[in-house]
This record gives sequence, C-alpha cells and structure tokens, in this order.
Amino acid sequence: MKRWWRRGILIFVLLGMALLGWWLFAPGCVQQMPPAQLEAEAAKLRAPALIARGEYLAAVGDCAACHTERGGQRYAGGRVLATPFGDVPAPNITPDPETGIGRWSFEDFWRALHEGKGRRGEPLYPVFSYTSFTKVTRDDALAIFAWLKSLPPVHQPDRAPRLAFPYSVRSSLLAWRALYFKPGVYRPDPARSPEWNRGAYLVQGLGHCNECHTTRNAWGGMEQDRHLAGGTIPVQDWYAPDLGTQPGGGLAGWSSQDIVDLLKTGQSARGVAFGPMADVVRNSTQHMSDVDLQAVAVYLQALPARAPAPAPATYTQAASHAQGGELYARQCAACHGKQGEGAPGVYPPLDGNSSVTAPTATNAVRSVLLGGFAPATVGNPRPYSMPPFAQQLSDDEVAAVVNYIRQSWSNRASAVWPAEVGRLRHTPVD
Amino acid sequence: MARFGRPARTRVTTMAAMNSSSPLRWLLRAGVAVLAPGAGAAAAATDVPDPMQQRVAACASCHGARGEGLPGDAKVPRLAGKPAAYLQQQLASFQSGRRHHAAMEYVVRQLSPDYLRQIAEYFAAQQVPYRRQAAPAVAAAAMQRGEQLVRHGDPSRGVPSCASCHGDTLTGVEPMMPGLAGLSYAYIDAQLDAWRTHQRVADGPGCMVVVANRMTGDDVAAVAAWLASQPPPADMHPVPAGAQREPLPGWCVPGNGGVNP
Repeated sequence: MKRWWRRGILIFVLLGMALLGWWLFAPGCVQQMPPAQLEAEAAKLRAPALIARGEYLAAVGDCAACHTERGGQRYAGGRVLATPFGDVPAPNITPDPETGIGRWSFEDFWRALHEGKGRRGEPLYPVFSYTSFTKVTRDDALAIFAWLKSLPPVHQPDRAPRLAFPYSVRSSLLAWRALYFKPGVYRPDPARSPEWNRGAYLVQGLGHCNECHTTRNAWGGMEQDRHLAGGTIPVQDWYAPDLGTQPGGGLAGWSSQDIVDLLKTGQSARGVAFGPMADVVRNSTQHMSDVDLQAVAVYLQALPARAPAPAPATYTQAASHAQGGELYARQCAACHGKQGEGAPGVYPPLDGNSSVTAPTATNAVRSVLLGGFAPATVGNPRPYSMPPFAQQLSDDEVAAVVNYIRQSWSNRASAVWPAEVGRLRHTPVD
Repeated sequence: MARFGRPARTRVTTMAAMNSSSPLRWLLRAGVAVLAPGAGAAAAATDVPDPMQQRVAACASCHGARGEGLPGDAKVPRLAGKPAAYLQQQLASFQSGRRHHAAMEYVVRQLSPDYLRQIAEYFAAQQVPYRRQAAPAVAAAAMQRGEQLVRHGDPSRGVPSCASCHGDTLTGVEPMMPGLAGLSYAYIDAQLDAWRTHQRVADGPGCMVVVANRMTGDDVAAVAAWLASQPPPADMHPVPAGAQREPLPGWCVPGNGGVNP
C-alpha cells in the first residue's frame, strides 16, 4: 500500500513537471489571416500619405537606432543590445518574408508594439521598449507598419539572444510583466492643453524617453515614482539626466527654446548632446517637426519640481583642487572660458551645466576621456569638437580636473575618485 | 628636412596656446556680439570665418593641428597631404566599425558623410614639412631585405613590391592609395600586422590582407624599418591617378575582390 502511495506521488510530480515544461517551452502558433483579408490590408498599407507619416513616426521612435547594426543595412537588425541579463540582438524588421516581417499582418505588429508579444504569442524581452510603445495609438502604429512594409526587404536572419538562466526562458518574463508592464494606449488628460498632451504622448510613448531617463531597479523594471527623474543606463554606463526643468530638476533653468535647440541641432546655450543622446539627436529628434519639439518642451517644462538634493560633501583636498585648477587653465579654459562661461553657440558653458553637476560624475569624466564632436545635424552640420584626453591625462589628473569643474563657480557637486576614472576609462564605448 | 615649395605657416594655433589675437578669440567675440543667447550653433557657423582647424580640435590632440603628427607618438599617423578619398574612406571605416580604434570610433561616430569628406579634404590639403622618423636599429641584412621588398617585392612568394601600388616615390597615388614615405616604424609595423590578422580590412579588393599574409614576421619588420629610415622625398604629393609604373596584379583590381590566389 505504501509503495503505491509513493508511486502515485512520483507520477504526480512527473506530470506536474511535464505540465510546467509544456507551459514554459511550448511553441506558440501563428494566427493566420485569410489571404483575401491580407491582400486588402496590403493595399491599404501602400497609401503614400500613410507611408510618409510612418516614416516620420519611425524617426520619432528611433526604430532604426536599435534595429540597425553598425555599418549594416537600415532596419535589418543585428545590433546587439547589451543588458545586465545578457545580450539581445535586435531583429530584422524589413519586409523580407523569411527573415523579416514580410509575413506579418498588422495585428501581429500591433501585438508586438502594444502587448509586447511576438508573432507566436511569445513574450518579448523588454529591451524592446514596449513598456513605452504600448502607449502608441493604433493609427500611428499602422502608419509605422506601412513604412516598414514599404522598405526594400533585406535577407538577414536574426540571431538568438544570449541570456543567462533563468532569463533565457521566455516564460520567466510573465512574472516581470505582471510587475512592470501595464498595456494601454496613452489617454489624454483633459485638464491639460492639447500641446502638453501631445508632448506627454511623444515623451512617454513613441519617444520612449523613460527607458533611459528613469532609474531601473535590480530586475530592470522602471521605478514608477521616478518618472523621467534620471538614472544610469545599465551596461552603457552613461547617466541619463533628470529631465525636470523646475527647481531641483536635472535641467533646472532650461527654457523651452533650450530644449528645442538641443533636440533639433544637438546643441543649446546650456549644453551639448553627447554619448547615447548624440545618437538620439542625430537619428531621431533632429527630424522632428518644430510643433512636436515644442510640445515636448512644454511637457518637460511642466514636470514637477524635485526635492532638493542633499548638499554634497565638499572635496577638501586643497592640493588636488590646485592641480585641477592648473589643468583647467592649461587644457580647458581656451574653449570653455576662464570662468566656465563657454562660448555661445560654439562651446558649452561648464558653470551651471547640468551634465557637469549631475548627481554622478560619470558623464563629466567620460566626456573628458572621450572628447568628440557634437552630433552633425541639419541645424549644425559642421560641429565643433573636444579633444579626447584619455591619452594625455592620468586617472589622478582627470579626477582633479573634473572635481575642479564640479566644484568651481556656482557648481556644487560631489567628488569623484581616481579609481572611478580608471573604471570608466575601461568601460567599452558601445 | 624636406620642405615644400610653399612655405609652411608658422603660426599653428593649438588648444593650449590660445592668446588674445588667436582666431578662436576673434571668432568668439564675433559670435558673442552677433548671437543672442540660445541661438543655434548653425548661426555661429555661418556668421564667422571658417576655422576648420578649430572645428577639428578632437583630431589635433593626437594627429597635430594640421595633421602633421606629433613627435613622441609614433603610433599615430600623419594625416597631412594624404589623398582625400583615402582619408574619407578611413574615417567612414572607423564609423562603420570596419576599422578599429576605440578613440577614433567614438570621435567620428556622430558625423555626416559630408562632414567626413570636408574633414578629409582639410587634412589632405595641408602642406606641412615632413619630420624625419627615428631610424630603428636593425641589422644590415634586414635593411637590405626591406629595400628589396619595397622596391622589387619577392616573386618567389608572390609578394608584389610596395612601389607597384603605392607609387615609385612611395608618396601614394591619387585618389585612394596612401603614401608610405614619412611614416614611423611603429605605425607601419602595426598596420601590416593588422592586415595579417584581419584586424584591418578594406572595402575594395583585399590586396593588403593577401600581401601581408605572404610576408613573414621578419619581412614586416624589415619593410617597416627600411621605409621609416628613408629621408622623406622633396615632393611628398601623391602622384596623379594612372601614373603607376606597373598595373595592379590581376587579383588586386577593384571588382575582383573575391579572388584570393
């Protein structure tokens, strides 16, 4: 009797495991559309006005940035997106029937964008920002789909993600989604102006600004109460600043014009786009209409004031401060001015520059190490540049000059230590 | 030291040595006077003279203000006077990830093809006297081997001479062939090794990958040593297109890139 009982438990456990395995690993199936319906949809998607609108919206969403490999064909995928959980190569979204989205219906596309689910119903990895794209309207999604379908097909098979267990099991996403993903198209706030609502739609939805500008927790989820309040981008290790322009915000004091200038030309009176934001300006925001950029500015201007940050401990090593000042005079002052005032329209000021005084010195340190050009845009086709100092300055020297800049004039930001400079020196540039 | 017919400009403005009469200060004053705060950078770019040298400060810190190369950094090549199309292609290669150098890849990544062309043309147009490179200490036999390979190649190994493609004067051939004269031992050695290990690849026919792989490690060192120890010729201009002494080997003609003999 006892033996039967034991055997029963074993069978029950095995059955349970089989069920769990099926639930975790079962292949989904594609929902096929009748051919006549597919043809009708294809005809609708060929409307030139729809395609043109889709091209604009795809630029706003910066789809090409992830879905294009460096040096590769646009939208053909292959760019490997590194996350703390592993690498996910972006798929081919040209209309190639075998390797792209050639056989996708609009419903398939809508499900991916709105629900974060693949063509077989499998949950997609949220490195694809459906957490934001879910807010995109069906009309806009249709236009983007029409644009993608109008592209020349490129035959380029997708590569499989390389993720650590348990993230490699897609069903593990079900728990993540329950916690951090709320599907739903953007709902306008009737108490706000149409311009504000347009800005909110662009920033929260298609523009997916939150994906970088909001702190992520250990599971990669966005902290809801930290909406656009800044955060370090995982793996890339750039600090995406708080976008608040009210007192205490990362862009405190930025006017609407400053925001529009930066997004349109890559440069404003207050700062320059660099690192990943330079990519965003070059690929995406410089192509946005003035009306949309203005709406974004209105929305950002209306973000709430932030609680004032605690005053950072002052850097008290006088010798290092003197060394920093000497380095500043020799290497930086010629362009950025003796008092960090910059040169309007040419070199950004450092006094009061939010990239300099950010909560972390990461961006200041990396800018000193890497230098580089402001992005070349239609509005600023021949940008000025900053020399990279990685080859010239030691970790001690970079720390000294960054601390000097972060704690001179009106700037009061925390100190950085040489060891941190050493770490950032070896952080790969994507 | 070899000099060009046109005298080199003596006033070279560097980032560190700005003074009150420098073009930058002038430019900034003009910019400040003309522009209201908040005006885009584009306005500044059109209202002032065009100091390309100032725009490319990021290049100057390693390659010299006019691309003349810096003494003391033998691994960084000179850019001044190289064929513009070659320079533009290399910039584009750093951008697309075809050619590798972390600092170069970051610096050029946000630039448009048109701006890359203008930067290439700026450096191609610079005429700065060549600096004689420090001659590396190598055995006389290696020096002879180096000269043999540069001038005549090694037919027994199927290695064409350097001169057959890079020009009899080794100053390059318009529009795409870079000169070899005036480069340092460290740079030539590193580039030949990069070709040998496929770290460097070309857009067109992969001649250099093939040639470099037919050379031994000693051959690479010998060629680099001989080239670096030669005084730069009086006229460092690349020779005009079509002025090559002998045609490129059949497997090294554009369009024939897939043929690997």
